[in-house]
Amino acid sequence: MSSSTSARTDDPPAVVLTGITKRFPGVVANSDVHLTVRRGEVHALCGENGAGKSTLMKILYGMQPPDEGTIEVNGEQVRFRTPSDAIKAGIGMVHQHFMLADNLTVQENVVLGAEALHGIGKKARARIIELSGRTGLNVDPGVLVEQLGVADRQRVEILKVLYRGAKVIILDEPTAVLVPQEVNELFDTVRGMQEQGYTFLFISHKLDEVRAIADSVTVIRRGTTVGSADPKTVSSRQLAEMMVGSELPSPETRESTVTDTVVLDVKGLKLMTPDGTRPILDDVDMVVRSGEVVGIAGVEGNGQTELVETIMGMRKAGSGTITLQDKDLTKLGTLARREAGIGYIPEDRHRHGLLLTQPLWYNRILGYQTRKPTAKGIWLDTDGAKKDTERIVTEFDVRTPGIDVPAAALSGGNQQKLVVGRELSGDPVLLIASHPTRGVDVGAQALIWDEIKRARAAGLAVLLISADLDELIGLSDTIKVMLRGRLVADADPNTVTPEDLGSAMTGAGSTSAAVQETAVVEEGEN
Amino acid sequence: MGHLRGKLLPPALAIVFSLLLCGVALIISGANPLSAFGAMVTQVGKGTTFVDILNSTGIYYVAALAVAIGFQMNLFNIGVEGQYRVAAVVAAVVGGSIALPTGIHTLVIIIVAAIAGAAWAAIPAILKVTRGVNEVISTIMMNGLAIGLSAYLIRRDVFGELRGNNIRTAEIPESGWMPGISFGGSGTMFGFIFVAIALGIGYWIMMNKTRFGFELRASGESSTAASAGGVNSKKMVLVAMLLSGAIAGLISLPELLGRDHTFSLNFTAGIGFSGIAIALLGRNHPGGIAFGALLWAFLDKSGLALDNVGVPREIVTIMQGSIVLSVVVAYEVVRRFELASEQRRVGRELGTVGGAA
Repeated sequence: MSSSTSARTDDPPAVVLTGITKRFPGVVANSDVHLTVRRGEVHALCGENGAGKSTLMKILYGMQPPDEGTIEVNGEQVRFRTPSDAIKAGIGMVHQHFMLADNLTVQENVVLGAEALHGIGKKARARIIELSGRTGLNVDPGVLVEQLGVADRQRVEILKVLYRGAKVIILDEPTAVLVPQEVNELFDTVRGMQEQGYTFLFISHKLDEVRAIADSVTVIRRGTTVGSADPKTVSSRQLAEMMVGSELPSPETRESTVTDTVVLDVKGLKLMTPDGTRPILDDVDMVVRSGEVVGIAGVEGNGQTELVETIMGMRKAGSGTITLQDKDLTKLGTLARREAGIGYIPEDRHRHGLLLTQPLWYNRILGYQTRKPTAKGIWLDTDGAKKDTERIVTEFDVRTPGIDVPAAALSGGNQQKLVVGRELSGDPVLLIASHPTRGVDVGAQALIWDEIKRARAAGLAVLLISADLDELIGLSDTIKVMLRGRLVADADPNTVTPEDLGSAMTGAGSTSAAVQETAVVEEGEN
Repeated sequence: MGHLRGKLLPPALAIVFSLLLCGVALIISGANPLSAFGAMVTQVGKGTTFVDILNSTGIYYVAALAVAIGFQMNLFNIGVEGQYRVAAVVAAVVGGSIALPTGIHTLVIIIVAAIAGAAWAAIPAILKVTRGVNEVISTIMMNGLAIGLSAYLIRRDVFGELRGNNIRTAEIPESGWMPGISFGGSGTMFGFIFVAIALGIGYWIMMNKTRFGFELRASGESSTAASAGGVNSKKMVLVAMLLSGAIAGLISLPELLGRDHTFSLNFTAGIGFSGIAIALLGRNHPGGIAFGALLWAFLDKSGLALDNVGVPREIVTIMQGSIVLSVVVAYEVVRRFELASEQRRVGRELGTVGGAA
């Protein structure tokens, strides 16, 4: 131990959370959480999706008051009512989803809401340039945020909290939006800032990243802290078992079940932005066969959402054809496409998958309002819907006291199991699964993977979109990389690594034999 | 049980609250609230008041149903007012100018009124679907146009005729009337009330048992989820608006077919706006709307008695306004409370941390 480290340990810790409890209706919140972050360290908070990490950070950042427990910052007990109280105490938070105004400049975004500190003119600009260096942001403060890439936007977010005087910086799942190369750059930035005395609270569920960057790790499971570990000595496996409390599920599919029967055939699909200036989908050609899982990899915002919504008929394609089992869907509406045999797990189950205040059996009807067992002609078959909902609840292990509770009362994982169960009903020939396990617990994730695998083995064609590259590689028979609205490369899931995929996703070009470029991408306007 | 409580508690709270509010208003204005409320209640048994209340209830009920259909999918048809006015004048003109056998004549007038109401509602519907024009704005403007159009149609050089100092359309021959139930000195109940009851039953069946009702409710709950579930949102806007307009077209028929037999300057205006309030009060539920319509009609008709005890009868308007305002607040408060308690219950039964931990 160096003397500087021991000097640090004499100081009071930067942040101490003691006995934090937060109750929320129906979802896992926090119960008796203890967390100590020493000054100048990178402290990782690990846990599965839904374990309560984000709630804890919201409490620390003053967005929600704890029901019980105390917060100490630099040895003094504090009580945050709003985020501005937390900011005053030197705590800053970089949210998982960026909170930037695209149509403002970097400087305007940083200064917005903190005009009192250095005004909005030259003084502010000088301060921003001074701080930019620490975050590795090498752009002029006058540049519009919409012209920045994802990594630079994240730096602007960090810059925002530095500008407000933060000494302790919470990074909420900072790598979720980054490709592996950008993750490394972020880590370099974090290490550099750590040397300048900043403290980081790094929230993640990606164990390799945690072990690469953290000085200490606290694991949270089902809302409570289950222990701490030294990332230098602990293995990923041990950490994972702390996180899930059991064996890890694996998305891997074993033997191929791909057949020659083409189920979905997309040809020359084009979609323009509403103003008609820029293509969102540019000449997309794709085939999904019976028993095949085709995975689409891509950084979010490169057209995956639009591709799915165009195939579902929720957006109208500019040109191109969509064929399902020799049936031309191009001119049909969403309902007719569903009736033709498409099941659809939407990426946002709250917005697109469920009627939250309605009972579970009522949700069973959504998308099936013209078909057995939930409808007979123009009449609803409520008995049939209820019976079939009971079946889904049993088969898909939806944890609920009954089928009459509103969908909003279930936890995220159980809501998703209901959606998956519904979309696999009625013998679909094609399943479109957009981020099927996003924000669900490990148990639900394993079940959803199993169900997709089982349906695939029974001949279902699956189009899988996921930001979780492990899920994508594990489940897919074929991977296609999407960049700026085009399918630019094919990858072999048996040999490709997440790093190779990440490089292809950013358009850096092929770095491995496992990724084969299928289209040349002209450089964008950046 | 909890379900029923969530439905009945808010209106009860709202009514009590508005009674208190009006009581305070009465005391401030120097009147005795108890004698005022007492006068209103005893008025029900006097003269034709009871039958008047029933007749009014029927009219309000149809108006609120028309509004409720739009509300079910978050479509604010403020234009019920204009739709029933246009429908009334068109139905009166058509009814007064054709000769048909008894019964069929009445039926034709009803159908014409529904079509006219739907046609008037079709304009804002088409504007919304094709150009994205907000239906609130367009229907309000259509209300203004409806007043102008109806005034034009009853001009003497168009379809009107002068009777005394009143301008009106030609009288509908007796074959086109709808007979009522006479209570002698206590007045005559409109026969159309039975049509209103049938409409309420039909509305309940449509909302709860049919695919259309499901799609309507799904669109209202979450337009994004509905569209992912294959509900064509444009079609729903169009159909809901036309249906709402068609029912709005029937609002004036109890009076037209049962009492006036003509459209004149004495036309009863403002029912469309009351319908909005009643639909809110009744939570778009056919039973709730019936209760709301009855309450509204009671306040309207019994309020006339207030003049006798020296209280301005505008106090009724205060009461109606405060009921609607407080019922909207009360429903929202109770809704949130119920959802939270439901989530707690689910959490408790499943033993997750979020429950009673």
